[in-house]
Amino acid sequence: MAEEKKSAVLETLVGKFGDDIVSTHSDFGDDTALVRRERIVEICTFLRDDPALRFDFAMDLTGVDYLGEEPRFEVVYHLYSLEKKHRVRIKTRVPEEDPVIDSVIPVWAGMDWYEREAYDMYGIVFRNHPNLKRILMYESFVGHPLRKDYPKARRQPTIGPDE
Amino acid sequence: MAVNRAKDGAPGFLTTRFEALLAWGRKYSIYPFTFATACCGIEVMGAFGTHYDLSRFGAEVVRFSPRQADMLLVAGTVNYKMAPVLKRIHDQMLEPKWVVAMGACAASGGFYNNYSVLQGIDKILPVDVYIPGCPPNPEGIIDAVVAIQKLLETGAPRAAERWPIKI
Repeated sequence: MAEEKKSAVLETLVGKFGDDIVSTHSDFGDDTALVRRERIVEICTFLRDDPALRFDFAMDLTGVDYLGEEPRFEVVYHLYSLEKKHRVRIKTRVPEEDPVIDSVIPVWAGMDWYEREAYDMYGIVFRNHPNLKRILMYESFVGHPLRKDYPKARRQPTIGPDE
Repeated sequence: MAVNRAKDGAPGFLTTRFEALLAWGRKYSIYPFTFATACCGIEVMGAFGTHYDLSRFGAEVVRFSPRQADMLLVAGTVNYKMAPVLKRIHDQMLEPKWVVAMGACAASGGFYNNYSVLQGIDKILPVDVYIPGCPPNPEGIIDAVVAIQKLLETGAPRAAERWPIKI
């Protein structure tokens, strides 16, 4: 029963967007779709507004660094529907030389700080974000510390009281 | 007292006595300021509580303004973002002042060997006493207070005089 319900979400998504959904799986009962980054805002808007899906709760957004793979970065969206009580995980890959993806703040305003965190930690740029600056590290911090090639032993200069 | 028997032009004797008297008074009235950022702060509470009772050593008046404190007790992890705050608090304290680095994190960064944590507060502050442990128990804090009392008693230079660190 639960399995059918989950795959129904992915079927609706593939039926609507076709080739823009690169791949899907439901490993361990978690519906997952890898999508093309160009369509992310449209896909998210559809997930939120479709009467059968109603993903009204954007639970999490995070980045992943697959160093050595191409494209290198991945942005992961965890969505939940308070109305339908189902979940889906949307993934999209972002290349290192152009780490840009459209912001989903127009879809879910709460994604603001998550996108800033992904920018701070991985250097993924969210286009059209109204306030894309560091959220955890300080302004004069150089680099993105959760990238796999950030040296563990690198120390930043000690900052003064006004930075 | 020696003051009465002092001859004219012999103030050196009196000055020495005065410093010793002042040190004796300071020794039993060290006002701590606790900068607790992690689990070490819980042990600090234990040290000030009734069981260990740091007031037996004259250090019970915890000041929550650095301007009224003598001893900065840094208890916990200090990261790069917090470092300027700690430095400013230390700057606000009046001389003479002492700094205690409590626990592995304040002393060396502890196991947080990463991008965000200051690798020991002695990178930005002159530290008089280090307390080892993760976290140290309240006896360690008492030991640190006694160590500062010894510094006062012997007139040994403070860390600030030995290591003039500028940032």
